[in-house]
Amino acid sequence: MSVYPQGPPDSQEPPDILESPQGARGPRLGVDEWVARRAGRREYLPSWLGGVQRALERIGWWPRLAVAGLIGVVLPSLGLGGFQLQVGIDALVIALLAVGLNIVVGWAGLLDLGYIAFFGFGAYAFALLSSGQIGSAGIHLPAYASLPAVVIAAAFLGLGVGLPSRRLIGDYLAIVTLFFGEAFVEFTNNVDSTKLGGPNGITTIDPIRAFGAQLTTNAGYYYLLVIVLVVIMAVLRRLETSRTGRAWRAVREDPLAAASMTIPVNRVKLMAFAGGAMVAALAGTIYAAQQASVFPTDFDTPILILVYAGLILGGAGSIAGAAAGALVVMVIYDGLLRNPTYAGYLFYGLILLTLLARLRPWRRLAGVLAATVALGFAAHAIAAAISNSAVAAGSQSGWLAHHWVIVPASPQTAGNWGFVVLICTLIALVQVGSRWRTVLLVPTLYLASFVWETRLIAEPSITRQLMIGAILIVMMNARPQGLLGQRRVEVAL
Amino acid sequence: MSQEPAREPVLALDHLSLSFGGLRALSELDLQVGDREIVSVIGPNGAGKTTVFNVITGVYPPNSGDVRFGGASIAGRPSHVIARLGIARTFQTLRLFQNMSVIENVMAATYGGTKATPAESILRLPRARREEREVRALAEEVLSFFGQRLAGYRWDQPAYSLSYANRRRLEIARALATRPRLLLLDEPAAGMNPAETHEITEVIGRLRDEREVAILVIEHDMHVVAGVSDRVVALDHGVKIAEGGFDAVASHPAVVEAYMGRHPEELAEEH
Repeated sequence: MSVYPQGPPDSQEPPDILESPQGARGPRLGVDEWVARRAGRREYLPSWLGGVQRALERIGWWPRLAVAGLIGVVLPSLGLGGFQLQVGIDALVIALLAVGLNIVVGWAGLLDLGYIAFFGFGAYAFALLSSGQIGSAGIHLPAYASLPAVVIAAAFLGLGVGLPSRRLIGDYLAIVTLFFGEAFVEFTNNVDSTKLGGPNGITTIDPIRAFGAQLTTNAGYYYLLVIVLVVIMAVLRRLETSRTGRAWRAVREDPLAAASMTIPVNRVKLMAFAGGAMVAALAGTIYAAQQASVFPTDFDTPILILVYAGLILGGAGSIAGAAAGALVVMVIYDGLLRNPTYAGYLFYGLILLTLLARLRPWRRLAGVLAATVALGFAAHAIAAAISNSAVAAGSQSGWLAHHWVIVPASPQTAGNWGFVVLICTLIALVQVGSRWRTVLLVPTLYLASFVWETRLIAEPSITRQLMIGAILIVMMNARPQGLLGQRRVEVAL
Repeated sequence: MSQEPAREPVLALDHLSLSFGGLRALSELDLQVGDREIVSVIGPNGAGKTTVFNVITGVYPPNSGDVRFGGASIAGRPSHVIARLGIARTFQTLRLFQNMSVIENVMAATYGGTKATPAESILRLPRARREEREVRALAEEVLSFFGQRLAGYRWDQPAYSLSYANRRRLEIARALATRPRLLLLDEPAAGMNPAETHEITEVIGRLRDEREVAILVIEHDMHVVAGVSDRVVALDHGVKIAEGGFDAVASHPAVVEAYMGRHPEELAEEH
């Protein structure tokens, strides 16, 4: 009696498959060819855009970085004003933070919500080493001494935070590191206010100074940041394709398999923490020197959210994506959304683009647009005929509010109610069937414009957050891997 | 088929026991794998086969007993150290680095065998460049072990785009990149079609002959077990119930009982 149902297998040799791949008995090779050639089947954009896409793909990583760096250097000579230059500086600082965060989150897969504390540590450490805060005469180290000292200290701080966290994964790591980030803000707020300044911060920080030269202009800091960002990206690119980079990604993909493949998982995680901390601290030093002041609130959760928004928008796991995403987010957030006119362009542009991309067939798109325009003019004319105060406030602002959107004399109350109704209609829009959705879209669009003109435009700080949120929602639906990210499979197949 | 273990066995499990709470997963297990020997572990589901692999590779430290590899005890050492010493494994449920390219999957497994620091890699110092060249060559070599199956144009594709059978092959290639002396294969033929199963049988033989590794293989497909094994060990409830050549073990009453739930003579009486 044998467990083998058909008796012991015949002693005949198995077919020599590998030697004769085309042989009649061997399996047909290339059954998964269709899967294998997927890169060639990838869809490109239609018409000439696809050609541009193909051409861009042929350019290697390094030439692209060089071109991006050149654009960054040339940009100020196109006549950027003081405000634009400041936006550029802030955007570059956040981009530097995002490429550092990409090590921890994008490569090692560790959800580190305390990351911004390393940025703060770099800024405060530089501030202490380059101001009159410590001792009677203060410490005024030149940059070539203070920058390396701060960055190396940050690496050790990264190890210190990583050590207790190295066995934590996922939610636990996120919440523990979030505590760490908040602890940093509390620390700077409350501990030794003669040295750290408490809530008033440190406001007498030297500029970056080396070999008798000082960096005092915003243009100077802009160029410095462009160069530092390009260098850090180059460094990270070399790391990404080295054994360290592969180990980081292997740990992200499957820690157990990584450990079985000779990778010391905990040490590799610690290296990611330290690497991210070093980049963040470097960004902090330049930030502190440029601002000439640091405050605890500069290193709180809002900045963390911006960095994460940039990283996710650009594509976690991609250096170029992290930098590009952060630049886009910051230029929109800091540059465009502060100015009501630009913010309006962005708002209406985003709505139009979404409609253009999603609404088919063209007849329906044209119908919805025409109906919305008609509804606006009709509503405005009727409201103006009934009571002049119903459209009073519109006459001061732009053309749109003057002729199309109803902006009453006291827009606040009406705008608040409009906001509530808008949210209800948006929910209804998602719930109803296709035909009613088209019909409901028209008043919804008009209502959105109404809320924008009455309320949102008057509250830029809230509007900015909402807009970044809206952009991320659109992005997640249109391109979940981010601007420059690679599509990833999350579930083990 | 059976070879007498002439020298010190590559791997020796000595009275190995492991409990999860009240559940005794392994008890007093003895097992040897000789140099370039292929030993199969069979047994019904839940018999503790994969647990044996997990204890050998350091995923679980044993409660008692010892694991000796090349004469030295490795019980309780961390997984990456054990892998570095020369024990590589594949997984029953595939555990590839899905979002890395095929060749990166293999190159990642050389981490323990290389030494370049991050600074050396960034500056492309000589040691980093040399290691990178060697690692690339090693990866290409182990991938070419599977001939056309993992041919060059697949190297830069993400691992998730491979077919199921190719993922199993890639797992073996990745394990080979750690330069093992002992290879643990956890159901290498699971989910394969008959032709692919034949191929994997042949591959296991070639691994021993060409790569000169000892192999411990868990397998349910008796074609494969019969085709490759020098020795077969049967487990049930964490206890070794039979050991020897395939035919002897396959017809051993305890093995039949473990699989069928009845003693073979009782079964025969019923019919």
